[in-house]
Amino acid sequence: MSIIIYLLGYTAIIVFLIAVIFRVINYIKLPMHVRWELYPVAHEGKRASYGGSYLEDVDWWKKDREKSIIGELKVMIPEIFFLKAVWEHNRPLWLSTYSFHLGLYLICAFLGLLMINVFAQLIGCSENCLITYVSPIMRFFGGAGIILCLIGSIWLLRKRLLEPELKEYSGPDHYINLALFALASSIALITWLFVDPSFTMARDFIVNMITFNFSPIPNNIFGLQMILAFIVIAYIPMTHMSHFFMKYFLYHDIRWGDEPNVDNMKTQNNIGKVLNYPVSWSASHIAGHGKTTWAEVATFNPVAQPES
Amino acid sequence: MNAKKKISINDISKDTEKLTSVKNEDLMPLPSLFVQEEEWTPLSDDLKEKYACILDDTIILPIPRPKTVQEEEALVNQFLSGMRKLFTKENNWTFIQILETTMNHCARCNTCSDACHMFESTGKNEMYRPIYRSEIFRRIYKTYVKKEPFAMWRYGDLELNWRTVARLGEMAYRCNLCRRCAQTCPIGADNALVAREIRKIFSQEMGITVPELHAKGSMLQLEKGSSTAMTKLVVKDNVEFIDEDFSEETGFEIETPWDVEGADILLIHNAGEILAWPENIAAFSIIFKAAGISWTLSSDLAAYDSINYGVFYDDVQFARTAILHAQAAKKLGVKKIVLGECGHAHKALTVIADRVLPEELNVPRESCFPLLRDIVMSGKIKLDPSRNNFPVTIHDPCNLTRLMGIIKPQREIVQKICPQFREMHPHGPHNYCCGGGSGYAIMSRNTIPEWRYKVAGRKKLEQILNAFSDCRGPDQKKYVCAPCSNCKGQLRDMFEQYELLDKEQLIYNGLVELIVNAMVDVEPGFVKWEEE
Repeated sequence: MSIIIYLLGYTAIIVFLIAVIFRVINYIKLPMHVRWELYPVAHEGKRASYGGSYLEDVDWWKKDREKSIIGELKVMIPEIFFLKAVWEHNRPLWLSTYSFHLGLYLICAFLGLLMINVFAQLIGCSENCLITYVSPIMRFFGGAGIILCLIGSIWLLRKRLLEPELKEYSGPDHYINLALFALASSIALITWLFVDPSFTMARDFIVNMITFNFSPIPNNIFGLQMILAFIVIAYIPMTHMSHFFMKYFLYHDIRWGDEPNVDNMKTQNNIGKVLNYPVSWSASHIAGHGKTTWAEVATFNPVAQPES
Repeated sequence: MNAKKKISINDISKDTEKLTSVKNEDLMPLPSLFVQEEEWTPLSDDLKEKYACILDDTIILPIPRPKTVQEEEALVNQFLSGMRKLFTKENNWTFIQILETTMNHCARCNTCSDACHMFESTGKNEMYRPIYRSEIFRRIYKTYVKKEPFAMWRYGDLELNWRTVARLGEMAYRCNLCRRCAQTCPIGADNALVAREIRKIFSQEMGITVPELHAKGSMLQLEKGSSTAMTKLVVKDNVEFIDEDFSEETGFEIETPWDVEGADILLIHNAGEILAWPENIAAFSIIFKAAGISWTLSSDLAAYDSINYGVFYDDVQFARTAILHAQAAKKLGVKKIVLGECGHAHKALTVIADRVLPEELNVPRESCFPLLRDIVMSGKIKLDPSRNNFPVTIHDPCNLTRLMGIIKPQREIVQKICPQFREMHPHGPHNYCCGGGSGYAIMSRNTIPEWRYKVAGRKKLEQILNAFSDCRGPDQKKYVCAPCSNCKGQLRDMFEQYELLDKEQLIYNGLVELIVNAMVDVEPGFVKWEEE
């Protein structure tokens, strides 16, 4: 049984990586969309404070553009770490969804610290070295993350099941996602409280995975927790929860995608490419004129009148 | 029991007379404006016989009502065919990246709901919830186009029949495309875009379009040169009349230049201004002459009308019009195109066309507002702000502000020349749509005007009245600066409906009119509160 759990772990990580890469590549390989930005655009420097853009200048194409990474960070940090948009526009949902997200963030931080412990153990670091300082923080992040994730997932599940406005738009995918998180974090909580309070089993399990040492899993509840964790890892990027990484494109490429076509070879090359795509729309003002590419269709006037 | 609360997603497919009806008692009250809203005028039997009038009390998109089972199936199949094309990069390279991410990542958390002015104005009628339309579209996409395993079970069941298609098409025209919902989305999904993409399926695949936007809009522009049907001879005549009339009225001699090769600027007006608001055309000519600007209009096909209704419903029509605009500029050899006071024309040619126009047509394009700001601030024209000493507020056209980030230039101007300027709240990129956005302002068929007053424009009217809360009533003249033809069309009709000139001495007009009204070289009284 133990070896199956180890193999499930490898599979989950591989599935996770493939799913993430697939989604990213699937987005990137699509043609560049037309500009569809929404203001305020965070990198517009001082103008971002009131929602302005470089288009507020006469002859804007002759001027240097101010593109502020600090401005983007000022928006991204509160959005990522505090879910600012939900706070501002959907306050009744904020506490439940923030509990859930904060729980996940803490679990991610916990995993980061756990990996430090793992590598410390792998290089033969004694209990007195880094591990001593990292472990208490790790335990706090792990415990708090599990509790918040559990509270958040159950709370969100309850909201989606009971509140009419959310229920109408919630499908089984929502319920399965949240129930899976609730189940995984419940077992994780039991494991932490009663089986592995110092996360040493977790550390040893990962060391074993890295060293391909498939030692028996010391406890069945711990084993169940690992199975559920691996299912969650593999499953997340296949659901709408993949927004945790796709949000980068949704913000930076779409919402803030204001890069103008001024001496921009990338954009020009793209325009040259897409204008040669075939068009197969069937409406009479598009089809039936013998025009087959976007360039031909867009430069064709179906109702042109002879010059008088 | 309130009828609006009964609507669920699956009601879209049901064999009912209509999906919903916005009742007067559900409408958001207007501040201190005591109006008795009329009940909806019933749609005529003839209309119901010919078209699928099964959504609510209005019909904007005339979808032929299928008469046989075969016609019903054909409607569904055509829609699915278009939807499949919508998710191919060849047919929809313009938006497929944005559409797919919205389809896949919307959490259906309802954060966007309260951002929608129509949802608020109708007392939260479910049909106006931004994700109602999107969720129906998403379920069809996942089940019938993407064919995800167990899609019906995972995302929710939905019966796809002709009613689903017809209602979805009509529902795509219950959105102003203002994208306020998208602005609030924590993830970055864009439910307004979904409305536009549905419109595209109907236009580009099924050939079903809104007549004002297509046959009498973009097609007329391609045929005659303008959606107003003005040919180049007529438009030049009309502008000549405007020059004569306003030279006499203002005492400031103007002669609008046409087809001047090598001019610095090609100015493109919304041609609707020439017919409906000639003072706007005259004001530009006065300001540019006074400032010594080298400029011209073009009489080439479509180049004397900046409208590009393709932005609202059809990518091909959009591209055709944008190319004609750029070709005219290229032919004249101007240094840049400047867009007059028209919001969607701004966004179409300056922003969206930026990734459509090939290098040889990539003529620099800019808004008129920064140029006007520089003229006003430069001191090239003498201005007397006391001539504008009445309460003024600015309406922010969505296309200009939320979608382009042009916020300050118009404010710097009014702050300089209008002593009693005050903001609406919220404003700038967070403004509310006038209610005429995405072309409704030019529609007056059947009950569309009623819908525009009651639903689409209600929030804006509330904002306007609140902006003048300190000077309500007929004793104080008030001015809404709405620098966009479409917005002005909506405000014109709404002000007339609620008799706001009589009750509030409230008028609307553009920005250039305020500038000319303050010019000391022009006879006083350019801005008028009634026909004089």
